[in-house]
Amino acid sequence: MSQNMIIAERKPLEEIFEMLAPYRRIAVLGCGTCVTVCMAGGQKEAEELAAAISIHRKKNKEDVAVEAFTIERQCEYEFIDQVAERLKSFDAILSLACGVGVQTLVEHMPELVVLPGLNTKFMGYPTEQGVWVERCLGCGNCVLHLTQGICPITRCAKSLLNGPCGGSAEGKCEISKDTDCAWHLIHDRLSGLNRLDVLKEIQPPKDWSSSHHGGPRTIVREDVRLDSGK
Amino acid sequence: MIAGSNLEKVISSGQFAVTGELGPPKSADLTQLKEHAEAMRNHVDAFNITDNQTAIVRTSSIGVAGVLLQMGLEPVVQMTVRDRNRIALQGDLLGAVALGVKNVLCLSGDHQKFGNEPGAKGVYDIDSMQLLKAFKDMRDEGKFIGGEELEAPLSVYLGAVANPFADPFEYRVDRLEKKIAAGASFIQTQCIFDLERFKRWMELVRERGLHKKVAILGGVTPIKSLGAARYMKNNVSGIIIPDELIDRLKGAEDKKAEGLKIAIETIQQLKEIEGVAGVHIMAIAWEEVVPEIVERAGLYPRPKL
Repeated sequence: MSQNMIIAERKPLEEIFEMLAPYRRIAVLGCGTCVTVCMAGGQKEAEELAAAISIHRKKNKEDVAVEAFTIERQCEYEFIDQVAERLKSFDAILSLACGVGVQTLVEHMPELVVLPGLNTKFMGYPTEQGVWVERCLGCGNCVLHLTQGICPITRCAKSLLNGPCGGSAEGKCEISKDTDCAWHLIHDRLSGLNRLDVLKEIQPPKDWSSSHHGGPRTIVREDVRLDSGK
Repeated sequence: MIAGSNLEKVISSGQFAVTGELGPPKSADLTQLKEHAEAMRNHVDAFNITDNQTAIVRTSSIGVAGVLLQMGLEPVVQMTVRDRNRIALQGDLLGAVALGVKNVLCLSGDHQKFGNEPGAKGVYDIDSMQLLKAFKDMRDEGKFIGGEELEAPLSVYLGAVANPFADPFEYRVDRLEKKIAAGASFIQTQCIFDLERFKRWMELVRERGLHKKVAILGGVTPIKSLGAARYMKNNVSGIIIPDELIDRLKGAEDKKAEGLKIAIETIQQLKEIEGVAGVHIMAIAWEEVVPEIVERAGLYPRPKL
């Protein structure tokens, strides 16, 4: 099963070479889920990056042993366990997972040195081959019912809740002519559905405590916990 | 009377109001700003003080307002939601009123990417509509956003901005209506260069009787040069500069004189539009011409109330 939700991008090679400089035995660990689909951190990218690291070291006449391999998901202990022994044989693991994968590895195997090979960008999807767009900020309190499926928190540069600001021109956002004005889209959609009345209500200030502003979030669901004692 | 500011008195008296704009400097030396303010002392009813305009770090709006008050001048403190969360915004309103500020203008603010700190974290905890409503509730209900009560009553004259030149056009009147409901007593518009579009917007405003619920001050900016006009036309989102205006400047021998003339004509036309309660003159980096504009537009002397 593949999914595409978290979109990432490989870090610049120079930055990767620099962070790997102290290490000789290096594993480039791909992740088989989101970042494979967005072509940033799957087996193919892991192999390419391993080759680039080897060439760079050889050019500088420095010794290196690089291997590239991939697990289904770096964000689940059971997949990490499948390669646990192999991972221990390296000085450093360059993880091509999102930030969640890097941290899951470290939490599960604190003895490893794990470095990020990617910059985790956003939650989104590809609109076409090679183009990915952000669609959700994970604010923890969805408003898509108010705006008929277009998120102003994510897609408006100012996360406005009460309609387009004065910088909206010809359907575009003031920050760039390449960025759609989310509120223009919402306006047109509501207009088509004959629901413009929604825009007339004053939406109260958002409770951001359900988002990251309330601190790191944890969800506990007793109904599905294995040790809930039921 | 809500807060009894000079601006409110002029507007309530039914006389055509005139506000000016002062952009604080990128330093704490306010010598030049004070000179500009002094030169306009008798020509405007109140002075808008911008809030880190175009996201460029400058002396704070409230700080400058304090200095103007010491000079016996009346500020309109602009507050954007870009740089402060609801805790800071509500606290700053109290601080501004404690200093003697009676007029506050609520707006979103230009995105931080345009300024000199493009790496800044944009706050946008609340939006401009919510800011207006919050300040109105602090004043009228004696309550903060979170529901707690203020320890003493608060008096402030609230304004908002409107941009008839932004899109979607048909929504712009809905937005004005919403801002009135949220608490705006006066409105200052984006710079008007496309008078035809402004007139169409005013027609829609009058159809709903909104001009009777809020005082609309038309924004006027004198254009100093052809380059400035072209820059605004191509780079400032939400400003429309018609080609005829560019051509008129192009054809003029003395661009500055022509720019002034256009501004004065705009004001004269605005005075004729039913429902326009005044003008807001934004002579950005050209503050010294404000007295001349006001005089030549027939708006001098200002009422003494």
